[in-house]
Order: sequence, then structure tokens, then C-alpha cells
Amino acid sequence: MALDEPKTTDFKYVGTRPDRPDGFDKVTGRAKFGADMMAPGMLHAAVLRSPHAHARIRSIDTSQAEALKGVKAVVTRADFSKNVPFDSGLEGEFWNVLENVMAGEKALYDGHAVAAVAATSALEARDALKLIKVDYEVLPHVTDVDAAMAAKAPILREGAADSSVPEGLHPNVVRYHESGHGDVEAGFAEADLVIEDSFATEATHQGYIEPHACLATLGSDGKGELWCTTQGHWYAQKVCAALLDLETSQLRVTASEIGGGFGGKTTVFIEPVALALARKANRPVKLVMSRSEVFRATGPTSSTSMDIKVGMTKDGKITAAQGVFRLQGGAFPGAPCEFTAMCAFAPYDLKNVHQIGYDVMSNRPKQAAYRAPGSPMAAFAVESVIDELCKRLGLDPIDVRLKNASHTGSKASFGPRFDAIGLVETLEAAKAHPHYSAPLKPGQGRGISCGFWFNHGGETAVSLALSEDGTAQISVGTPDIGGSRASMALMAAEELGIPYDHIRCTIADTATLGYNEISHGSRVTYASGLATIKAARDAVEKLCKRAAAKWGIPEEAVKWQDGFAVPSGPNAGNFDPLPLKDLTADMGATGGPIVGHFEASPEGAGVSFATHVVDAEVDAETGKTEIVRYTVVQDAGKAIHPTYVEGQYQGGAAQGIGWALNEEYIYGDDGRLQNAGFLDYRIPLASDLPMIDTVIVEVPNPGHPYGVRGVGETSICPPLAAIANAVSAASGVRLRQLPMSPPRIVSALKHKTNG
Amino acid sequence: MVEVNLWSGLRAQAGGHETVEVDAKTVGEVLKALIAAHPGLKPSIDAGVSVAVDGRIIASSLTEPVLPDSEVFLLQKLRGG
Repeated sequence: MALDEPKTTDFKYVGTRPDRPDGFDKVTGRAKFGADMMAPGMLHAAVLRSPHAHARIRSIDTSQAEALKGVKAVVTRADFSKNVPFDSGLEGEFWNVLENVMAGEKALYDGHAVAAVAATSALEARDALKLIKVDYEVLPHVTDVDAAMAAKAPILREGAADSSVPEGLHPNVVRYHESGHGDVEAGFAEADLVIEDSFATEATHQGYIEPHACLATLGSDGKGELWCTTQGHWYAQKVCAALLDLETSQLRVTASEIGGGFGGKTTVFIEPVALALARKANRPVKLVMSRSEVFRATGPTSSTSMDIKVGMTKDGKITAAQGVFRLQGGAFPGAPCEFTAMCAFAPYDLKNVHQIGYDVMSNRPKQAAYRAPGSPMAAFAVESVIDELCKRLGLDPIDVRLKNASHTGSKASFGPRFDAIGLVETLEAAKAHPHYSAPLKPGQGRGISCGFWFNHGGETAVSLALSEDGTAQISVGTPDIGGSRASMALMAAEELGIPYDHIRCTIADTATLGYNEISHGSRVTYASGLATIKAARDAVEKLCKRAAAKWGIPEEAVKWQDGFAVPSGPNAGNFDPLPLKDLTADMGATGGPIVGHFEASPEGAGVSFATHVVDAEVDAETGKTEIVRYTVVQDAGKAIHPTYVEGQYQGGAAQGIGWALNEEYIYGDDGRLQNAGFLDYRIPLASDLPMIDTVIVEVPNPGHPYGVRGVGETSICPPLAAIANAVSAASGVRLRQLPMSPPRIVSALKHKTNG
Repeated sequence: MVEVNLWSGLRAQAGGHETVEVDAKTVGEVLKALIAAHPGLKPSIDAGVSVAVDGRIIASSLTEPVLPDSEVFLLQKLRGG
């Protein structure tokens, strides 16, 4: 899509910080989240889940549950489509989702759904679960990525590997990625110092506060309604229709207010189950997950095992880099090994680079996206090695990164040349920030890291309707997971020339707009923003046409200026400017309603870089780490609502602190998840965090009318490495495994002392 | 003719070639021509690819233009969180 030169200056509304439009609803409790919707005659559902990590399901007897008073429907896999084809890799993704939401022949992980009940109360539904008899044949299991690739590992599913996987690998390796350029061996030979090291990260959960929840109705006529908390209701519509043999358009899906997603709500887990129960009971069915179910049966991120080798000259030039990244993605293909590999060395302009990624299945829940899926782990491993090289060569870590930084026109580690990018600007801003030169106290250490994410465009449709009183209503199809309604209103205000407060932005349901891709890939402010601007321009064109008709002059003799139609020049005639509200007041009589539209798949998202600076203090006795200072520097292209941009930066850092220091999925020898609750899976509390400082760098993205780049994901790429580097500097020992929990730090210090 | 660069993992499916020359004016034509030249690439392309044209990553649109001197790289399909 060709774009005019981005407008980057002279904004009236863009770049201001008005109140958020959903703030009042959220602080007063008026906002309706997934579990808040009710319907007359509504039933409550509960899901029976496998207690085994891997087991063949010999039989399921639901008769006693069905006979229980209050029970109106019981479903198993037999109640879902038989027409969803199995295929290898991601080609069979709908089958993978179906198998995940309701087990078929085997239960593949602790928590895998095997049956579900709808009853007149939640208590009756849960009681009925106890009456369902499942005959399991327990099978050997594997939950560790390296063990799952080993020769004698239990095979989860034959035939799941796609054509990318080289011969000779274990059937649990289902996808393979390899890329790079140059000659890494020649590059290593040129280095003065080569470091080769191995790293591991555990699976972490997105930890959104709102559990998955939905309310479904589905009649025997094949018409249904679904209310759910989701990042993508068109995707939910499409996949639910496929899994239940429905016509897509007969299922209307409405996205509720969302209590966090971070990638974890880009797919479905319970919605097809609620619809199947509703169809069988012919009643509305509400299904709400418990926190334990969220941990056991929704998608955490992948766990990883990684080998990194980097060569550097004495003056800090990287001569070669290579990485092998093994990602465990649960019992289905989809671990983002290609992104881990492609993001790993993207911050650096390298002559010789090579990266390999493996997508490996194990007996764990199906991984789901989590902010910049795959990238944070890669940065942890790569940036740790670069930090160690800087230390051993006595070089400043920012200077080394500046010396090797990717810039506009650099050949990326994953192939193409970069368009306009702002990594150098983030490094220079970090170096100039007072944080970088501030003195450290004894026991403290400082770490830095760069991070990279691609960002994304995707299918997008927006309508902008003007009201008679001169206000505007925008309908977008991307659930607001990060303040997008405010950003859309600001961009529309800029184009229409009316105040921000005169615009209301609504997340439309699937019957209202064309297909909108999920709110993922940091795409919303970019793609829905671009579409909002274009829809506003479409409306402005129509307004100018109405003004031209009133004045009796050609359409092209009218232009739009700060909320008014004005003659385009002295030759167009002498007319008083016409405000928007004068044109909308009688629009019914001058041609009908005025609505602007835009539908497209914008393809200029623009990649994004960040640099983080962290100070950590480690208690050598207890192993507890405190983050005492944190600064995020990131390229936003153009910050539409700077407060929300800063919020994304801070949120990424906060989640990164949890991932780096505390959060992990812990499996027992029996393959069962040991810590399925917030008491045992510890996410950071406000009291664990310092005030996180932010610096917004603005290198305009040529693919957006105002230069916007997505900001939601890149902010979680550097924290794991920046914190690891700070902890290593503070403790004097290199931590190679996440999380850097107190026992691991104490153990590392003990080994250092003993060694 | 447009020179298309493949990621290393695809080369085995393209007769060991690192680059493939195709006659194409759009991203869609590039993908069609690649499959015609090397049918072994079909499963990977069907599974979903993105195409970088002169540094701009085209995630899905088949109608984006490609010029004879464009730098074209096949990438694995982009998703996000």
C-alpha cells in the first residue's frame, strides 16, 4: 500500500495525554468483562480435566453425570466436528485447537479437557464432573525440551512433523528453522575472543488478571451468539465455526472488556466447549475458568534450551555469531522457534551469522503467544554472551552495541535489509541517560540489553460514522488491550479537527465490520490506527463534497482545515468556513448519513528496537534480588498517547522482571503441574518493582501516516537479559538459567565459592 | 526476473539453491512461480510465509508489487502476542 510521506510534526491532538475513555467504566465497575454477562435461563458449565500427563482414553462413561438433578448436557469429543482434518505442523492448526479444547484418543497433558457439563448451577456442574468415569491407560510422559528430543523419549503423536524437519530427528521435533549468512567458522577464526555457552528458560504464563470466560448460545438452527474475553473475536468466530460445523456468519461474536491478554487470548480454549454444551442443552451456557485451570490448560510461553557462540575482536567488533534454540511448545506444534532464531541477532549488523530453531512437543499445555513470542528468550541468551565478552575484553557494553548496531540499510540476521529503524537512537539515549552513569552501591550491579521485535499489520476494517451534532463514533474490530480506543480517538480528532472528547470508539462485534485480525503483533495502533485515519479521510472527503454542493463549486475546490470546510484558494470563491457540525446537522437532507470506511491489510508495520538499563542488588546470603532502578528506552515511531506508550514500556519491564526472577512452571516427576496458582507461581507485586523510567524515541515508520510503530511487545524483549546481566554484575557469577530465583542464585554463589 | 532469497531451511526443498529467479510482478506471483520452479517448496509456502520486499515485510498480502531489482526474501509467517 503506497503511503504519502508520514506527517510527523504540527499535531494538535496526537501526542497529548487525555483521560482514557474506559477509565470511568473500569473504576466504577460498569465495564463488562468475560464473566459479567448473564442471559435468561443460563446454565453454568464445568470441565473435567485429565490428572495424567499422558494417557490413552479407553472409555468415558457420562451416564451417571447425565442423570444428576440439574444437569442439562454433557459433552465429550464426540460432540464436536468430525470434519476437521489432521495435518502436520501448523497446517493442521484447527485440528490442533480441536484436540486441545477437548481430548480425542489421548490426554496429552495434566489439565487436558476430556469432558464438560452444563447444569443449572456451578456447584451442580462441578458435582457432576465427579460422576464421569474415564478409563485411562497411563503412558510414559516427557515435559523437558531436551529430554523430549532424546532418542528414547515417548512419542506424543506420529506424523505431526512438517516438511521442514530434517530426517533423523525425534518425531517430537515438529518444525525446524535455519537461516543466516556469511561464513561463521571464518568469522570465529578472526575473533580475539570466542565465548560459547548454554542457557535455559522455563515456561511462564502471561498472568492476565481476568481468567478466560464466555457466554454462549447456539440453537439447533445453527445460529449462535458468543460473548467472550478475547484478543480476536473474528478468529474465535472462525475457529468455533469450524470446530462445530457452523456457517461462520451464523455465529456472532462480541468481545467483552478484556482483563489482560498479552498474547494468551489470541486463541480459544473454552469457547467451543460452551457452544457445544449450549447446542446440546438448547440453553445459554456460561463457562468461566478457575485460576488453576488457567495455569494448567491455557497457553504459557515455551520453555527453552539454547546454545550460543559469539566471536569478538579486542576492540569490540563481533566477527561471527551462531545460536541453536530448542523450544518446547506443549503437546502441539507451534512453539515460535523461527522467531527466537530470527530475533536473536537482529540488533546486530553481522557479516557472519547462523541460527537454528527447533519446535518440540512435550506433555505440557499448548503454548500460546506471549508478547513478542520467542524473542525475549533469545535476547537472554545472546545478550548474556555479549555482556560476558564486554566484561572479559574490558569494553563498555553500550559502546560495543553501538559499534555493531543494525541501522537503516543493514542486512538483518534473518535476511533482508532494514528499512528505517531506531536502534542506534535508543542506545545513544540510554548512554546519555543519567541512569547509565549513576554510581552503584556495594552489592549492586548494572546490566543492559537490546531487544527486537517484528511487529505486524494484518486484516483491518474500520468505520467512522458522524452524528448530527457533529460528533463521531468509530467502530474498530481490534479488542482494546492497551489503550487503543484513546489512540484511535486521538488520530480521528487530528484528521476531523474536532475535540477528542467528541469521539467515541467502540469495539464492534463480528456482524458489524469485515474480518479483523487478532489484536496481536503490536498491530493495533499501527493497523487500526492507519485504518481510522483513512476512514476519517474518507468521511472528510464526503464532508467536502457536501460543502461544495452548498456553495455550488466543484468538489476539488474545497479543502478540510482544522474542522472546517474552506475554499481551497482565492479562485474557489469567497465563502465563510463551514464547521463539521453545520455539515452533519442536515446531512439526512443533503445526501444521507456520512460514514467513512477503510478496509485493507496494511503491510508497513515497521520493526522495533529497545534498550533497557537495569540496576539490581543481590543479597548473597538469601539469593534475593531487588531491582533498584530500571530505565526503558524504545523506538515508538510516533507516540500517539505517550502515557499509554509509557505504560506499555513499564508493563513489559514489569513482566520481564517476573520472568527473570521468579516465574516458572514447575512439573513433578509425575508430569503434573505443581504450582497452578498465584500463591506458588509468583508474579511481581507493586512492592517488588521500582518506578520504571521511560524514554520514548521517535524514528518515524514510513509505513504509517503518522510514523507509528507498535510498542506492545518489544518492551519485553530486553528485560530477561538486562536483569541477568545486572544480577551477574552484582553477584559476580553468571546466571544461565531462568528464573534467577533465590535458590538458584544461592546455589550459583556456593558453586563459585567452592570452585 | 526477480531474485528470491530463501531461508537456509528451505534450500533442501529447492534443489539446494540459495536463491531462485522468478518472473513476477507481485508477491502472489512470486510465490506461485516459486512453487512452479520447485514443487518441493509448496508445503512450506502453503503453511504460510511472509515476504520481505526491499526491507518491508509483507505478512500476507499477495497483491503487493515486486520490481525486477527488488530485494526479496522469504520469511516464515509472522504472528505476534
